[in-house]
Amino acid sequence: MSRIVEVRGLRYAWEDGTEALRGVDFDLEAGQTVALLGANGSGKTTFALHLNGLLKASAGSIQIDTLVLNDKSLPVIRRKVGLVFQDSDNQLFMPTVLEDVAFAPLTAGLTSAQATEKAMAALRQVDMEAKAHKAPWHLSSGEKKRVAIAGILASDPSLLVLDEPTTFLDPPGQRSLAALLADLPQAKILITHDMTFARALTKEAVFFQEGKIAARGPLDEVITRFDWY
Amino acid sequence: MRHTRLELWSRGTTFAHRRHPAAKIAVALTFLVCIATLQPSGWRIGVLYFVALTSMAFAARLPVPRLHLAAAVVLPFAGVFALISFLAGTPEKGLAMMVRAWLSAFTTVLLMATTSQPDLLAGLESLHAPRFLVQVMQFLYRYLLVLLEEAGAMRAAAASRAGKLRAREFRRAAAAAGVLFARSWGRAQAIHRAMTARGFDGHIPRFRSLRLTWPDAWFVALLATFAIVARLAIR
Ligand SMILES: Nc1ncnc2c1ncn2[C@@H]1O[C@H](COP(=O)(O)OP(=O)(O)OP(=O)(O)O)[C@@H](O)[C@H]1O
Ligand SMILES: [Mg+2]
Repeated sequence: MSRIVEVRGLRYAWEDGTEALRGVDFDLEAGQTVALLGANGSGKTTFALHLNGLLKASAGSIQIDTLVLNDKSLPVIRRKVGLVFQDSDNQLFMPTVLEDVAFAPLTAGLTSAQATEKAMAALRQVDMEAKAHKAPWHLSSGEKKRVAIAGILASDPSLLVLDEPTTFLDPPGQRSLAALLADLPQAKILITHDMTFARALTKEAVFFQEGKIAARGPLDEVITRFDWY
Repeated sequence: MRHTRLELWSRGTTFAHRRHPAAKIAVALTFLVCIATLQPSGWRIGVLYFVALTSMAFAARLPVPRLHLAAAVVLPFAGVFALISFLAGTPEKGLAMMVRAWLSAFTTVLLMATTSQPDLLAGLESLHAPRFLVQVMQFLYRYLLVLLEEAGAMRAAAASRAGKLRAREFRRAAAAAGVLFARSWGRAQAIHRAMTARGFDGHIPRFRSLRLTWPDAWFVALLATFAIVARLAIR
């Protein structure tokens, strides 16, 4: 198996001095799925933002698919790492679903026809083809989440990072999202507070505590050890 | 919400909708210049423009009364100046100002209701508008929507706690404006992040490729000529 993520000694402090990451080491193999658990404010989102270079670490290194993250590799890494944000309203910004999903392929230089094809394929994967010409803000939360995921899939990533994807979703919506994700072959990092959702997708977990990884192991062991249910 | 409707309208497929955005911008600019230079004595031209713009809106199958209403948002602002002119003893100047403001707003609304935002920006780009200006505009547009959304959300949150809320009370809360700014800033940052994550490099790609066609040329020639001739001929 090839290693898709390799993070060493990652540190980050926000402008106001908050030390959000204090030396994180993390590995993930291709196709593997891991749940990222931890208290509010423990640094999970900050960590995710580093994985495709949205934040610049003050120390440490990140390798994605054996590529060291730096200014030169940034565009390639952004295509390899698909980040799905917690609030879909911040993620969808084009006037129609199709245009939004086609955004990354178009930006990467594909022609309209190629980008449309890619976007439609991605929409098919998340079962949202029928809504291609709707305005994103007229969709339900579950549909928005699916479109946001399609927008990521359209650039053929090898890693999906989902930050609390079940927020705003009703129980059936959560189940169908889990089913959708289970069918995707990519490696996944699931940031979640929802243990049912985590269990549906992986048996492995990482526990964040005050900007560090406090434990990594079987999901149920981690849950028991930190009273995380 | 208002912006949602504009977006919806702009996705029509009529002749006007299908024109090259640069052609529409050129026509709109011609109208705007002609309107801006209208003298108080030129009210007949004002009426003519009104009829012409309204017919265009009908031809583009837009909900004309709502468009008229959307343009009327400028009236309170223009009204203040009109009042000053009125008090200064030149009411006709004040009236002309209102008419000009409203006609300009209607022209702009019409342009926006027939041209989607990405197309509009692409049109500006193809007219060689400075790149930074186009970029500022695309962010302004996206963030203005954020500001509206946040204001709406805060209003709702305040109303749900206060029971009933009058607009005046909400506006009096000066602190709310600061919070609104901070929240919008946070949202704007989140959006920018999400865009960057998907490879945004300062340029919003457009979907259909745009090419000027003969109908575009006719469209500009006829409408611009009409606006200019009307402006110069009628006294
Ligand atoms: N923009 C920011 N400016 C300053 N500090 C921030 C900012 N964003 C997050 N922080 C701080 O960084 C720390 C880690 O936050 P982060 O959002 O990564 O936590 P999290 O694990 O994702 O929490 P949650 O489960 O609540 O989403 C927190 O102490 C938080 O207050
Ligand atoms: Mg978080």
